[in-house]
Amino acid sequence: MSEGILRNAKKASAGSEGLRQMREGIRDAVPVMTGYFAVSFALGITMKRAGLTPWQGFWMSLLNNASAGEYAGLAMITAGAPIWELALMTLIANARYLLMSCALSQKLAPKVSVGSRLAIGFDVTDELFGLAVARPGKLDPHYYCGAMLLALPGWALGTMTGVAAGQALPQVLVDALGVALYGMFLAVIIPPCRKDRVLGGLVALSFAASFACSVLPLLKTLSGGTRTILLTVILSALAAWKMPVKEENA
Amino acid sequence: MTQVWMQILVMAAVTFAVRAVPLTILRKPITNSFVRSFLYYVPYVTLAVMTFPAILTDAGSLAAGLIAFAVGIVFAFRGAGLFATSVCCCAAVFLAQLL
Repeated sequence: MSEGILRNAKKASAGSEGLRQMREGIRDAVPVMTGYFAVSFALGITMKRAGLTPWQGFWMSLLNNASAGEYAGLAMITAGAPIWELALMTLIANARYLLMSCALSQKLAPKVSVGSRLAIGFDVTDELFGLAVARPGKLDPHYYCGAMLLALPGWALGTMTGVAAGQALPQVLVDALGVALYGMFLAVIIPPCRKDRVLGGLVALSFAASFACSVLPLLKTLSGGTRTILLTVILSALAAWKMPVKEENA
Repeated sequence: MTQVWMQILVMAAVTFAVRAVPLTILRKPITNSFVRSFLYYVPYVTLAVMTFPAILTDAGSLAAGLIAFAVGIVFAFRGAGLFATSVCCCAAVFLAQLL
């Protein structure tokens, strides 16, 4: 009897812990949703030029959740590329998510179910990844799914509105909303640099290297996605080789 | 018409596979020190590379971008949260564009 009560109490507290995590995910994803709406609005304008309907734009964004990947795919569609080229381009443009997904797998407790993993895998994006990385300790799938509840509609509805409304929004607002995501990125990567000098140096080096790649001849012809992949692999490998992380951090 | 839907589905399938496969396959903690360190550094490098210099071009003008970048770093360094830092960057660009 008392054992049953204890079990029920445990179940109830586990349930409310899940809810609490989900609420935190929803709260933290508010800037993600607004930022997504602005960015995907611009993506929607591109889709309109490619001849897509608002409904097609909605589904492309709901199923892909990738700015660079969708841009790259749209370019292939507009160019009338064969389907295998479209698939290859999507793979390349999204390759950084492969790295993020590997990193995220280490943030999950081994007991997290396949279903939860697939659900998280549906929406591994730069921003949600940023939120997940900023969580102390292991990542609770409830938290991630809470964030997805805002991120998914923000992205899909922003795209649909963009296709439908075209260039209705004043440019000054588009510009202002356009940096929302970068502000979030900075809020993820800068605070840990206060304690970890190596990380601070690496972040500064990343800024510098990325800037160099955008202005140097030849290197500047690389697409943003390719640049991100190359620099991520090269700089992270270099740092891991020269400055391996002490056990409690990694 | 059907072709567009086909293209959307192919893109979605590839994107989902890229994201979901590592998450589902890698279940045990990785013990190799190099791999662990590599994966620890990946997000910071990726986000840093994507932020700069893209923030300069996406803010409408170089000056507004530089201001947003500086404001973001200062507020983040002082411990402002995701939302606060984000809002400050937007406000900085908005004000810079008005002036």
